Amino acid sequence: MSSEVVQEYAVAQGRAKSFYTRYERKDELQRQTHYCPGCGHGVVHKMLARAIDELGVQDRTILVGPVGCSVFTYYYFDVGNIQAAHGRAPAVATAMKRSRPESIVISYQGDGDLSAIGTAEILHAANRGENISVIFVNNAIYSMTGGQAAPTTLIGQKSTTTPEGRRAATEGYPLHVSELLATLEAPVYIERVALGDNKQIAQATRAIRRAVENQARGLGFSLVEVLSPCPTIWKMNPVEAQHWVRDVMEKTFPLGVFRDHTREAAPRPAPPPAPALDEIPRLLGVAEQDLPANHGRALARDKQIDLQVRIAGFGGQGVLLIGEVLAEAGLDAGLEVSWLPSYGPEMRSGTSNCHVRLSSQPVDSPLVAVPSVLVAMNEPSLRKFDLTVRRGGWVIYNGDAFPADCMREGVHVLALPFTRLADELGDPRVSNMVMLGALLEIDGVLPQASVDAALRRLVKNPRWIALDERALARGRELFKESLRQEGAEAMGGGMK
Amino acid sequence: MAEGNKFEAKKQDRGWLQIDGDECKGCGLCIEACPPKVIAMSEELNHYGYRTAIYAGAGCTGCGVCFMVCPEPGAITVFRAVVQRAEGSSRANARVEEAISCASN
Repeated sequence: MSSEVVQEYAVAQGRAKSFYTRYERKDELQRQTHYCPGCGHGVVHKMLARAIDELGVQDRTILVGPVGCSVFTYYYFDVGNIQAAHGRAPAVATAMKRSRPESIVISYQGDGDLSAIGTAEILHAANRGENISVIFVNNAIYSMTGGQAAPTTLIGQKSTTTPEGRRAATEGYPLHVSELLATLEAPVYIERVALGDNKQIAQATRAIRRAVENQARGLGFSLVEVLSPCPTIWKMNPVEAQHWVRDVMEKTFPLGVFRDHTREAAPRPAPPPAPALDEIPRLLGVAEQDLPANHGRALARDKQIDLQVRIAGFGGQGVLLIGEVLAEAGLDAGLEVSWLPSYGPEMRSGTSNCHVRLSSQPVDSPLVAVPSVLVAMNEPSLRKFDLTVRRGGWVIYNGDAFPADCMREGVHVLALPFTRLADELGDPRVSNMVMLGALLEIDGVLPQASVDAALRRLVKNPRWIALDERALARGRELFKESLRQEGAEAMGGGMK
Repeated sequence: MAEGNKFEAKKQDRGWLQIDGDECKGCGLCIEACPPKVIAMSEELNHYGYRTAIYAGAGCTGCGVCFMVCPEPGAITVFRAVVQRAEGSSRANARVEEAISCASN
């Protein structure tokens, strides 16, 4: 000892580098966290910051904050921060990790967030074995909102919603998240620790570091549940609350390692990288070369167009396809379009209808309440929507005779047995295209080239394209014929 | 935080504490946790109206337990003595490592 001449002091423990030195909070409080005196969150924050420091991952850490008291993690941690919707942190963390596999993604959640509203997210993230670290701070109550019972509230524990104490018969038993998740195959590391005394705190520090380290090593899903004091809501002083964690909480939530596959786990292969944004159109088959050629840009500019169509029929009659072809052709012609399908859960034989708007102005609403053209593919659809058609508009009806009681003054009618006419073309199923042909002829705004391009995009089978094209042409013809007949009748009437 | 603080040779404590009176909220967890019991609560209130933890001024072993139980990121800073041998071989880093592992056991 005689050779020790100078004593010097070096920092052994101090503010972690991963914390900001000033918090961008309300003016006065930039030197203080928002936590109550003695809150467990502060202690867990420090453990996490220390793990991040020690592993040297600060510049690639993304911390996903929850809803709850720890919602403000972004004020304190000098890392990448995201604040997720209530309970959704594991889903957000999944997305972050998958899109940025090199980052260290930590989901920090309380028990109200993770074990109540977020039960589905944590369960499935764990079951997928996402390579993320979850810090689950369990204080057995909803603290931020003022002390309501949580799924983790102990039997007999009083809260504002269990004033007589939690009873298993009415509120169920405390949810043991760590045990529950340890029944899954995928998780690599699950441990429950506590902040009940010095020894427990030291163990918690090691566990949190391991959870982050596992991720850095690429091993997979790690979760550390931390039993944590809430002096304010528990109505105890900080030291009593700390003891309550150790003496009471721990009896319900035993500490220990519930899963540890870190030795045998091999690093998970990184998920295949997401395709680059500009590759996506090609993958979806909507790349530039597949897109229609805009046959009618000029048309949109000089004409005021506002076509509002309602198409209705049975499911399976091709109701939605008429709408799609119409909208797609409108798009090709440079118009603003909307297509809104509305149908029941059945794939066949339910009722189905769609709203289509084609306009030279931006479309304010995709709903077509007062159509200028109604395509009714059967009588029930006609009866349902007939009265909505505007004066001066058209009804195209699939049937031998238009029901007399549906006749309205000022509304034009084209009623033909389209199904039979389609059957004559070779397949009754193209009745929808025959009706569309008639509709296109009424309106006359869409160039034929645009309709052809739309059809080619939507109908992949060449056999059907040929038939559809014949059906469209037949529809146009039928409409013109009907006009000639009407004209002749009117003329005849005039002769009388 | 500063790299290290030089003290007069007469200071023989193995450790030394600094408590930030602005950050401390006076929860008292460090007072409870401190093995040599060298932390006390102040009589005066700080700027925010809290009594704060204060170091008694002597007797710290530098174990770091107070830091670990403290919920505030930077309220406590623990310093530990680094013994420099006359030959000049600095063991500062080794000692800090040792202090951390000691405190966490």
